[in-house]
Amino acid sequence: MTRYDLAVIGAGPAGMATAATAAEAGLSVCVLDEQPRAGGQIYRDVERAAARRGDILGTDYTQGAPLVAGLRAGGITNLAGAVVWAIEEGFRISYTQGGAAAQIEAGRVLLATGALERPMPLPGWTLPGVMTAGAGQILLKQSGVLARRAVLVGSGPLLYLIAAQMVRAGTPPLALIETQTRADLIRAARHLGGALRGWRYLLKGLGLMAEIIRARVPRYTGAQAIKIEGEAQAEAVTFTCRGRAHRIDCDTVFLHHGVVPNTQAARSLNVAHAWDAAQQCFAPKLDEWGQCDVDGVLIAGDGGGIGGAKVAEIAGQLSALHVAGELGHIDRATRDRRAAPLLRARRQEMAARPFLDAAYPPAAQALAPEDATVICRCEEVTAGAIRGYARLGCLGPNQTKAFGRPGMGPCQGRYCGLTVTALLADANGQTQDETGYYRIRPPLKPVTLAELAAMDAGAPGQAEKAAE
Amino acid sequence: MKPAFLELDPAAVRVPVRFAGETLMLPEGANLATALLAAGVTVLRHTPVSGAPRAPYCMMGACFDCLVEVEGVVRQACMMEVVEGLEIARPHEGDAHDTL
Repeated sequence: MTRYDLAVIGAGPAGMATAATAAEAGLSVCVLDEQPRAGGQIYRDVERAAARRGDILGTDYTQGAPLVAGLRAGGITNLAGAVVWAIEEGFRISYTQGGAAAQIEAGRVLLATGALERPMPLPGWTLPGVMTAGAGQILLKQSGVLARRAVLVGSGPLLYLIAAQMVRAGTPPLALIETQTRADLIRAARHLGGALRGWRYLLKGLGLMAEIIRARVPRYTGAQAIKIEGEAQAEAVTFTCRGRAHRIDCDTVFLHHGVVPNTQAARSLNVAHAWDAAQQCFAPKLDEWGQCDVDGVLIAGDGGGIGGAKVAEIAGQLSALHVAGELGHIDRATRDRRAAPLLRARRQEMAARPFLDAAYPPAAQALAPEDATVICRCEEVTAGAIRGYARLGCLGPNQTKAFGRPGMGPCQGRYCGLTVTALLADANGQTQDETGYYRIRPPLKPVTLAELAAMDAGAPGQAEKAAE
Repeated sequence: MKPAFLELDPAAVRVPVRFAGETLMLPEGANLATALLAAGVTVLRHTPVSGAPRAPYCMMGACFDCLVEVEGVVRQACMMEVVEGLEIARPHEGDAHDTL
């Protein structure tokens, strides 16, 4: 089995920046990412798509190309299409690539697993034709595929970005149905100082808004009682806005109300997490280098708390410097000298975040769904069922599994975990930290017996051990 | 009715793929879930619990709603690429029980 100084899980901005900085310092690095080409979701397929669709996607996207090129540097082994399904003490990392399981060893592990769309359980959200806004972006980035008749629902800057990109591509959305209210904006005003320090983000937002307004895309804010209607697929979105009922016919609905850290891999290693009230999600507890409470495990990028692509890149560089220092490739003074401008840049990049978090809070309707709404897409468990378990004395998310299987389907709780915690916390009068989260165990992704049997075993008996 | 999705620059090289008994001409090497959507497929599977229709939701390998059956193995369409001659079925269609 090949052993590396550092294994990086995820080839988005955080992972790519970590690998480049660590390799430059002389570490042997292995990058594993489940997608066929590096970039993560933010820079998905950027090397192929930048030339063809750069004008539609904008420079915030095309600037990812040099990071991807950086993975071809010496000292970096880049395993693309490698689906990591177990990370064990030591560290031994098991993954599937090209239909066969394999393993590597590493002295340190950096998790750069990025973000997931915040679950947005609304009536009808499981219908075909309903996708995340991030999915809409992926269709456009990777494949140049656009929805002809789409409605965007939720809140947050990503909705404006995708709307503006759709306008540029000649297929503007039929409507923007936004859940944030004027009161949210007023509450956000106290963070205006920070927002002005992060003025570049605000300017970008205003630019996107201008494109959307010029294209005359109808906007509704403060939308409530949102429902997606349809039998075999989404046919319309209904909602109320300022007391009036609306109905917009469509084929596609893109949902978004923020992104949250993808904590599956970190939780499988028993990394301590805490509730972040400002971002309304769990995030791992990290020091300024991205080191968590498990020795040798570091976390960089949105998986450690939402900051966006630039912050992720900076965090990756900081983590790499820290590991290079620990392994004696650079001395402490060099590490601190190189880290100082990065720490300053990160503060600058994060300055607008409190304003954005307050101005575009998650949709209240989706944080506390009505009883009939399905909240676990895999096992089709409703919000009412979870509240029922609480009435029967169920205190924590893991116990709900015994009551009705939420979180036990193939997505392993990725799209219901935060909702189940929120529903139980509310029903039991507890905090999110007291309520906790699902216990996550390997395999993190499904692995077949055929893939295990085809394991590239460096020593006899490894396949059997991995299967245990 | 026009398909729900539009391709900005349709790929030149298309290869035959079978989906649920129908032959589709899809762009070679394209993301399979995207290619099926662009070809007008609206339902990729029905859930084992209630039989409800499902289609791609997250497109990044996290939600598992785009599951399809390829050569007897249930896989995520959004994590696969189009290869000539793929035989794709809706998972467990006609099965007596849920085998996932």
